[in-house]
Amino acid sequence: MSGNDAGGKDTGGKARLDVQLSCPAPVGTRDRVVLGHGGGGLMTNRLIEDVFLGAFDNPWLGTRHDGAVVPLGTARLAISTDSYVVSPMFFPGGDIGKLALCGTVNDVAMCGARPLYVSAGFILEEGTPIEALRRVVSSMQAVAREVGVQVVTGDTKVVERGRGDQIYINTTGVGLVEAGRQVAPNRVREGDVVLLSGDVGRHGIAVMSAREGVAFETTIESDCAPLASMVQGLFDAGVDVRCLRDCTRGGVASALVEIAEVARVEVEIRDDAWVVEAEVLGACELFGLDPLFIANEGCLVAFVAPEDVAKALAVMRADPAGRHAREVGRVMKAERAEVRLRSSLGTSRVIELLSGEQLPRIC
Amino acid sequence: MKFVREFRDGEATQRCAETIAREARHHWTIMEVCGGQTHSIMRFGLDALLPPAVELVHGPGCPVCVTPLELIDKALVVASRDDVIFCSFGDMLRVPGSDGDLFTARARGADVRIVYAPTDAVAVAHKNPDKQVVFFAVGFETTAPANALALLQAHTAGLTNFSMLVSHVLVPPAVAAIARSPTCRVQGLLAAGHVCTVMGYAEYEPLAAQYRLPIVVTGFEPVDILSGILACIRQLEQGQFVVENGYGRAVRREGNAHARAMIEEVFEVTDRVWRGIGVIAESGYRLRAKYAAFDAEVRFSVEDVGARESTACRSGLVLQGLIKPNECSEFAVRCTPENPLGATMVSSEGACAAYHRYRRRAMGREVDA
Repeated sequence: MSGNDAGGKDTGGKARLDVQLSCPAPVGTRDRVVLGHGGGGLMTNRLIEDVFLGAFDNPWLGTRHDGAVVPLGTARLAISTDSYVVSPMFFPGGDIGKLALCGTVNDVAMCGARPLYVSAGFILEEGTPIEALRRVVSSMQAVAREVGVQVVTGDTKVVERGRGDQIYINTTGVGLVEAGRQVAPNRVREGDVVLLSGDVGRHGIAVMSAREGVAFETTIESDCAPLASMVQGLFDAGVDVRCLRDCTRGGVASALVEIAEVARVEVEIRDDAWVVEAEVLGACELFGLDPLFIANEGCLVAFVAPEDVAKALAVMRADPAGRHAREVGRVMKAERAEVRLRSSLGTSRVIELLSGEQLPRIC
Repeated sequence: MKFVREFRDGEATQRCAETIAREARHHWTIMEVCGGQTHSIMRFGLDALLPPAVELVHGPGCPVCVTPLELIDKALVVASRDDVIFCSFGDMLRVPGSDGDLFTARARGADVRIVYAPTDAVAVAHKNPDKQVVFFAVGFETTAPANALALLQAHTAGLTNFSMLVSHVLVPPAVAAIARSPTCRVQGLLAAGHVCTVMGYAEYEPLAAQYRLPIVVTGFEPVDILSGILACIRQLEQGQFVVENGYGRAVRREGNAHARAMIEEVFEVTDRVWRGIGVIAESGYRLRAKYAAFDAEVRFSVEDVGARESTACRSGLVLQGLIKPNECSEFAVRCTPENPLGATMVSSEGACAAYHRYRRRAMGREVDA
């Protein structure tokens, strides 16, 4: 955090005249958290590296997966935690409760584990209608029942009006990883096939359309759904699953880039391989957003052995969340740790993490 | 999606590229004016489909990029007031001013909100009568009608807590400035389809004749862009210099009369500073005197806020097509999307950001500082 207060820090209150600077201060060495730090891109990664990794340094954290797989006696336990602050808390296709259960249970499943128990912490803003809370909790219980997990412990805190946004939820999930099962980026190798379980971009656009001030109406619903049974189905069918990742914040693109970087492999995907609903595509075109970077909440990428592709696709497509499952790419001879997008025009380009959030463009 | 898929068709794109390769017998330098076109070219890798004889340079048509530093500074001053709700399009929030950007201002406590349409800011003003709501009205002719509409709504409703920080810019004067510059390399021009949807293209006709510059009104999809390049090359090879409409599905010669009338009602032409380029005479809009009550610069007394531009950022040369982003020594070294030294690295439509996102590795600049 180098000093960057060339212009004086206090810009509040009165108009500050005669700003005379020779250089617009680079804004990279930010001394405060900005929204981009939560975008799931480079800024998020840098924050994690700068603040958290050094402080909590241990081999499990170092794997940079969605959850950690830790030994406990003779068993292996998968643990994952996530906080949910979505606004608005009710959106087409779901609410913050459904999201809080699905998201955490999915992260546990992405470790190759069978999710078993969940904790739930609620931060409630003074004045929030109890009825809204009841609806949210009921959504959580519906998902818990569907997946077969129990919410076994919880916490409730209330903050003053204005110090929260009605309901924030943190959930932590634990599950058991079957003996001998390894699902992690370091198992990915040349020739593996990349499968995508669903259509792309629905959650992000559904939430955006429900936000105050967005003047477009759609019938788009979030894809928010539990993926644990689909994952279990893959193992039951004997598919050699090398690595899994749900494509939440940062979208399919960020999930793939993170796996490619950790696994040190080159992944090539084809731009005509996945499904984007027409309305999602329309909204993306309108706002200048790339669907590949938009959040999903019921969609995963699976790296599987090439001989298991047909089997895996059959399992995925039998699941309600996997109707649009497709083969989207392949792991190439590893020259560089990167993701390449091959277009139907015959061109190709590298896909990189965004620095912060995608911002709607001006025109 | 109608009007998207057919204009992204692989075969049609390839055919067009092959025709360009066949017909381009000389070296030609063509500028796409609009940042949206630059973004498409990078995203789809269209320049890789062109023969070596055809070179693309990137124009000044990114509103985020050309909004002057001093206006960002004014925005920061206004947004930081306790009594203000500052509304802006999303991609203006990351543009660096002299002391941080609007995201930083928000992190310091300012009430800065992203809106998707200028009329949303008017709605915010209705809902917050005890606050001053300011809309950051930037952009080219494309956004001017919607901004004019918002202002007229506020005027009709008699809102006294709504104002606009205006920095509209116009394409034709910028094109003329680039064309008459002694260092100009541009031989053909792809005009910005969306701007022409509003304004039409009659005002480009004298420019094409005077500067011997083929101008093709061009859309944003791969087939649009390659067709525009092909039309330019055909004219250049035949020694023609006229305006052609290559975006007939959206553009008429006279533009959109209703939108133009609204612009005419609210705005008048004025000189404007273009970030990285300097002052261009009669190259922008300001509010007409009868709407001065809605002028945020006057309301918050920030007319005198000024700022000097970084000497490190060479975006002015990029915006005039004189250098490519990767020819700047700071590109991907000190200047990155997380640490932009200039606005061309901020917006997804900025040429430097587009190069950084899609081309950095190919350029051999892999290591972030």
